[in-house]
Amino acid sequence: MTKLNSKIPEGPLHQKWTHYKANQKLVSPANKRKLEVIVVGTGLAGASAAASFGEMGFNVKVFCIQDSPRRAHSIAAQGGINAAKNYPNDGDSIWRLFYDTIKGGDYRAREANVYRLAEVSSNIIDQCVAQGVPFARDYAGYLDNRSFGGAQVSRTFYARGQTGQQLLLGAYGALSKEIKRGSVQMYTRHEMLDLVLVDGRARGIIARNLVTGAIERFAAHAVVLATGGYGNVYFLSTNAMNSNASAAWKAHKRGAFFGNPAFVQIHPTCIPVHGDYQSKLTLMSESLRNDGRIWVPKKKEDAEAIRAGKLKANDISEDDRDYYLERRYPAFGNLVPRDVASRAAKERCDAGFGVGLTGLAVYLDFADAIRRLGKDVIESRYGNLFQMYEKIVDENPYETPMMIYPAVHYTMGGLWVDYELQSTIPGLFVAGEANFSDHGANRLGASALMQGLADGYFVLPYTIQNYLADQITVPKFRTDLPEFDAAAQEARERLEQLLSVQGKYSVDTLHKRLGKIMWDYVGMARDKAGLKFAIEEIRKLRKEFWENVYVPGTLEGVNDELMKASRLADYLELAELIARDALHRNESCGGHFRVEYQTEDGEALRNDEEFKYVAAWEWIGLDAEPVLHKETLDYEFVEIKTRNYKS
Amino acid sequence: MNFTLKIWRQENAKAKGRFKTYKVENISPDCSFLEMLDILNQQLIEDKIELPVDPIAFDHDCREGICGMCSLYINGRPHGPEQGTTACQLHMRKFKDGDTITVEPWRAKAFPVIKDLMVDRSAFDKIIQEGGYISVTTGGVPDANAIPIPKEDADLAMDAAACIGCGACVAACKNASAMLFVAAKVSQFALLPQGRVEAEKRVQAMVAKMDELGFGSCTNTYACEAECPKNISVENIARLNREYLKAKIKHADRKREAGGFG
Repeated sequence: MTKLNSKIPEGPLHQKWTHYKANQKLVSPANKRKLEVIVVGTGLAGASAAASFGEMGFNVKVFCIQDSPRRAHSIAAQGGINAAKNYPNDGDSIWRLFYDTIKGGDYRAREANVYRLAEVSSNIIDQCVAQGVPFARDYAGYLDNRSFGGAQVSRTFYARGQTGQQLLLGAYGALSKEIKRGSVQMYTRHEMLDLVLVDGRARGIIARNLVTGAIERFAAHAVVLATGGYGNVYFLSTNAMNSNASAAWKAHKRGAFFGNPAFVQIHPTCIPVHGDYQSKLTLMSESLRNDGRIWVPKKKEDAEAIRAGKLKANDISEDDRDYYLERRYPAFGNLVPRDVASRAAKERCDAGFGVGLTGLAVYLDFADAIRRLGKDVIESRYGNLFQMYEKIVDENPYETPMMIYPAVHYTMGGLWVDYELQSTIPGLFVAGEANFSDHGANRLGASALMQGLADGYFVLPYTIQNYLADQITVPKFRTDLPEFDAAAQEARERLEQLLSVQGKYSVDTLHKRLGKIMWDYVGMARDKAGLKFAIEEIRKLRKEFWENVYVPGTLEGVNDELMKASRLADYLELAELIARDALHRNESCGGHFRVEYQTEDGEALRNDEEFKYVAAWEWIGLDAEPVLHKETLDYEFVEIKTRNYKS
Repeated sequence: MNFTLKIWRQENAKAKGRFKTYKVENISPDCSFLEMLDILNQQLIEDKIELPVDPIAFDHDCREGICGMCSLYINGRPHGPEQGTTACQLHMRKFKDGDTITVEPWRAKAFPVIKDLMVDRSAFDKIIQEGGYISVTTGGVPDANAIPIPKEDADLAMDAAACIGCGACVAACKNASAMLFVAAKVSQFALLPQGRVEAEKRVQAMVAKMDELGFGSCTNTYACEAECPKNISVENIARLNREYLKAKIKHADRKREAGGFG
């Protein structure tokens, strides 16, 4: 238990970050030139960190799996980015953003980190505007805001339904500027296969060149992982097809503890599943809940008639509709946090009130808003989302309500990091969704973009110096050290092993089976028996994978199936840890809902006495039980309560 | 639905490519184009319908029309028959049962084929690196509301910034010109006060790089706009041309003035 040191600075909450910055170690410009940093991933966190490091004078190497750094999955974030600017004069402040985030996360996040996040949130908006990010503006030319779940103020900045795209292109621009200047070297179509440790410190990576197939080595004084979340363990999620957990998982197996793996966010408003050929799920932005009202029929027979195709949504009269979020949570209504909205949708569908052909859908209805504001206003706010919906579902959401259902979207869990965003491996920093840090058991909408950019622009550029200041006399590393030889050899052997199985099943076939186990037993509602069963099933499937997967091709050249197999092999190990973490946490909090622990009206029932901690798991070996380390969460400044979105 | 697919297969950049014919059956009309290729690949892998097993390589990632990774030339059109749609958002209901569908990679000198339907678009990154950004460093910037920007300008900038960098404009153009791509980025910044400072330098550097990398000149046929999945307007090309001309005249003026004093 003594292994975890969160390194939270002394002093009152609002002075901790100032205090840290005033006392941390710095690296002089002359010494920065001698130091190298590797950044893996070019989403918001990775691109912003790499660009900032380059500007500061470090030598940076950046890696992404796509053909261009601009394609990282941050690009797909739709709705917006939170910041405590209080431009609308509606009562926002750093404290309130901090408080909403802690409360939204169901009191399972670290106070000091979250406060710092709220503190730097304003700088992010300033930075992005200076980069030319075309945020939405009002007619006076000032920035516009909207609301997101879990907040009673409007603090979300947005660029139509493409906020992630615009913020990422801003960071990509900054990165491109540094590539041109020569401070950053970009490696596209490279996938990290392993982390290399020298004398217990992170000193490099092994990566596969996805075009030539070559297994390459890269060394540096520090490594930053900004490789996103692990939602694709579930096969179907809103993540991109190539989003994967392998970099984080390899770091875990090399000694980085994994924090709160069970905290997976299931987003309430996604387009429902429609067939077994489906490759991914598409999110409909949370911003739609500003104007859309969620409902199902009040009468079961109406729901049945809709499912049978005998009635349509518009046939149901106003009195026969159950706006269940407004009914259950009058204070927040349709803007309750995601975990609450998802569970409420599942509850209605399980009770037989679901719509759509499968009964696994609820309505998101804009008729009221269109009547109140006009179609043009709704189109200007959500036009691209409506268009996307129509393309996929082939129905016009201006005329009939959208159908939505929850889907895996984001992972609050991730590699455990301290206040400096450093993992339990010295010299390995983790940023963005890949770390576990700021969102507790549930992330609020529009806070992922905020955290990614906060980590990359305004946190890591400080904290990494505190580490590198001690490294200035360490010469540049060579990649012919025995540690690199061993890691490269291991990586090659593992890929060869995958190729040598020559079994029956494609990677997708086995991945879908894993996804089904995870969704059924480690999804929105979990219980002890189901989780135990899941662990057994995952183990069986892992065995089957190594006996019966079929990976065509060779180590040479483009081989997508090989990379997919490599990622699935890691998911099969990570999946078990997710289930174990869910099994050990005998409480419900945020996105982690154990059916045994709920209040009389079906709300999550936390157990602060026993579980007010971060579960940080240590890898011991494939068939050994991982070791649990606990970081107790001390709430010095916030009074812990039961979350209440009713009044 | 049943389809006959004629798909471009090419081992690598140096190999000679050819079309191969495949059949897919019982495809749901709600299936996306890429999911249909997944189904074909699944058959190639599990049913081993031809040996050696070699699934079709194609780029894809977000599958929601925003990452710009997918790049299929379907029945002679970038991203296929549906206007304003990426291949990943194209659904099989847009085709007729029994159709024969031809699938090729982007074809442009500046986008060499890597394998099958995958191409190398790093030329786009190189153009952006020449100045497709505002050279601000992290920190030390004014409050976000310090400079009001007329909503109309911000909206036009956003229209241009919606470009996903997929390269459909290049694939659509018979000269393989990258004018629409470059124009979108130049326009976004030309329309914003923050971007004006470097506007002249930016437009000249980006255009020069575009020419250097082997993209052709503008045909003025507007094929790029017609095929752009994000409906980026050719008005941006007009704006680029104005910016370019302005920059050149200013540049010439400055040279003359410098000469006069020298």
